[in-house]
Amino acid sequence: MLRYALLRLLGAIPTLLLVIVLAFLMVHAAPGGPFDDERVLPPDIEANIAKAYQLDEPLAQQFLTYMAGLLRGDLGPSYRYRDHTVSELIGSAFPLSLKLGAMAMLFAVVMGVGVGTIAALRQNSLLDRIVMAFAMTGISIPVFVIAPVLVLLFAVQLHWLPAGWSGSEGAARFLLPAISLALPQIAYIARLTRASMIDVLASDFVRTARAQGLGTQAIVRYHALKPAMLPVLSYMGPAIAAILTGSVVVEEIFGIPGLGQFFVRGALNRDYTLVLGIVIFYATLVVLLNLIVDILYSVIDPRIRRR
Amino acid sequence: MLRRMKVFRTVLLATLLVAAISLAVYLGDESWDSGPPSSILHRGLNTDPESIDPHKARSVQAAEVLRDIGEGLVAYSATGELVGGVAESWSISDDGLTYTFNFRPEALWSNGDAVLAEHFAFSLRRLVDPATAAFYAQAVAAIVNADAIIASEMAPSDLGVEALDESTLVIALERPTPYLLSLLTHPSTFPVHPGSVREHGAAFTRPENLLSNGAYILKSWEPGSVLKLDRNKAYWNNAETSIIAVNYHVLTQEMTELNRYRAGEIDITGSIPPDSFEQVREQYRDEMHIAPYLGVYYYGYNLTKPPFAGNVALRRALSMAIDRETLVEKVTGRGEAPAYSWVPPGVGNYDPRRLNFADMTQEERNTAARRLYRDAGYSEEVPAQIELRYNTSDTQQRIALAIQSMWHNVLGVETTLINEEFQVLLANMREAEVTQVFRSSWIGDYNDAHTFLSVLKGGSPSNMPRFANDEYDDLMRRAAEQVDPLARRLYLEEAERVLLGEHAVIPLYFYVSKHLVSPRVQGWGDNVLDYHYSQHLSLTTD
Repeated sequence: MLRYALLRLLGAIPTLLLVIVLAFLMVHAAPGGPFDDERVLPPDIEANIAKAYQLDEPLAQQFLTYMAGLLRGDLGPSYRYRDHTVSELIGSAFPLSLKLGAMAMLFAVVMGVGVGTIAALRQNSLLDRIVMAFAMTGISIPVFVIAPVLVLLFAVQLHWLPAGWSGSEGAARFLLPAISLALPQIAYIARLTRASMIDVLASDFVRTARAQGLGTQAIVRYHALKPAMLPVLSYMGPAIAAILTGSVVVEEIFGIPGLGQFFVRGALNRDYTLVLGIVIFYATLVVLLNLIVDILYSVIDPRIRRR
Repeated sequence: MLRRMKVFRTVLLATLLVAAISLAVYLGDESWDSGPPSSILHRGLNTDPESIDPHKARSVQAAEVLRDIGEGLVAYSATGELVGGVAESWSISDDGLTYTFNFRPEALWSNGDAVLAEHFAFSLRRLVDPATAAFYAQAVAAIVNADAIIASEMAPSDLGVEALDESTLVIALERPTPYLLSLLTHPSTFPVHPGSVREHGAAFTRPENLLSNGAYILKSWEPGSVLKLDRNKAYWNNAETSIIAVNYHVLTQEMTELNRYRAGEIDITGSIPPDSFEQVREQYRDEMHIAPYLGVYYYGYNLTKPPFAGNVALRRALSMAIDRETLVEKVTGRGEAPAYSWVPPGVGNYDPRRLNFADMTQEERNTAARRLYRDAGYSEEVPAQIELRYNTSDTQQRIALAIQSMWHNVLGVETTLINEEFQVLLANMREAEVTQVFRSSWIGDYNDAHTFLSVLKGGSPSNMPRFANDEYDDLMRRAAEQVDPLARRLYLEEAERVLLGEHAVIPLYFYVSKHLVSPRVQGWGDNVLDYHYSQHLSLTTD
């Protein structure tokens, strides 16, 4: 088990290196630079700035300098947020994105699995249809429509919740963003759970269990839920990634200083170090998440380990 | 069936659990209070300041915050007049080359240190020091030796500033610069505390280290979210300052900002979203502030390449065929003024020249435009084919579409619209290789025609059209030599006349500042620079 995990971890290093090199080349290949503006700077000042931010060096030299910093764990200063380092920005943004994502994930799994199970047990009933219609709507209405509607209703009209992040200092500001972020995932997980639960409920071992006189609740709890969760579990990896990266829109709408917002801003501003830092961070995260999901998979299904 | 109900119960319990967590979170958050608004002023800021080091900041938004936490030699009053800041009084030599500032003895830093003339000398030298890499170093180019220092040819200590004693600062200029006082209200000329900079290095801007000499101090800054300012009790005019704390909320999405204004979380917005403008006008008629602003939105021609190089007739025809009234009423629709000059109205000591077709009706303009178009060698059979570049955004696209159709309807021009990401457009404009017509704008840095006219001088870095005209450059040079304001003004006006006659650019409209200001905010005054110091505002308590 440990060997399996270690091997997978070592295998991730070339992947990360490749990501860093490609990302570095791509951000520098994009037209324009971090300090371009409609007010073009006089050449002398432009030269002074390039020098101060080491942009006047050859690209290969810049890459080596960057890699040297990276090995020391230094992601460099942000070009746009000049009073802050990239590590600071990621350090303050990631916990927010993580909390928001965790809350959204919690909503998504509890609601999604619950709703999906009901729908499966009442297959083709009116309730099933209503729930699935709701799920379909949840998947198809984009977040940038849902979120403003929620804001208009709960913040502008009812004044129950803050309309934006900096409107409060506590946890209330997480609710609307987390719900907006969770809705499409609830819908998706509900559909996954329903389909897989219907499959499992129709399988031979469930029929055997029924024949032994077990009740529905016991069957679902002890026999059906675990196998029915497999597709949901393997969807967790993509779902977490989707919530973390997909929070870009929600972060924009609610003005949350999370990673997604800095990523988009960074790319538009050609904030090379910020974009690179976040890409490296995300890449590491995705590699680790996939690893964890694979390990969890092998815990649930021993056949994978043996292969 | 009964057992199924049990499953149901489990699910129901799960749902209730989620609801309970939400409720607990909600009730546990004591900072959230939907009750009556607080004594804090909440202002919307449409982008993060790059830095609150006055020498590293660049954006209008950074300047807005800096005007609250810092103070220059001079400032603007609530009604928009130049008044003393740190300087109590000043005198200008007869040749206009030497400015002497006398400091207020009561001007203090937030730690109680006196603001000394030497601090300003240190800061101005730091501004032009190549090692600082300040974006606005050029702002003080008129000071003796500034250009040479920026170019690393002289040491920063050679700058023409001198502290005669603790409270007297002399600034020596290379040429008369009548707008110097206006320039000195710009945050790039604000002082930094030399001791603090030496002690903390780049970290002197951290809220825990920052010393300010303005009405407020920076308490905290969460990038991408909010800057919190508290009163600076050491500020010399603290007794006249009313609001105890200011929060600048970073809201890049105008729609989000509007919603937060509606929810009562923001008192002053930085903008008003174009899509909701009509609705907002109806809903908040008395709270909407639209005022002329020192900015021009224009389309530039690439004057180095065909079809526009040397083709005044075509340039003039295209400019005439645009119905600017329709453009500002039907397309932009946020109170902008149609532009028939390069320098916006409202600039001090200046009367903008106008395009010579400004007084015609649009019908007459169209007829004349068609004739010019034919003279330039185009017709229905051989239409001009033009590429129009703009940066990706709804507003830019709507304007480009409208102009494309105006050119087509009046002249039969075939325009290809090319939208590019902003940084890509900038790169293309600078190279002037692929561009033909491009969208751009210019925002004035100080209240003087020079900030607009100098853009199009030969060799000016922001001269995107690459306008090169000896007569124009000569007039600008002669204007710069004048000490007499009237003589200078006449040269500048003549320069603008030449510029407009050459149709180097198509001025389309003049910007307006757009804010929603809550009725609980008192003391708001609209002005062309769109400066609104928090220290001039107050909040009603009810």
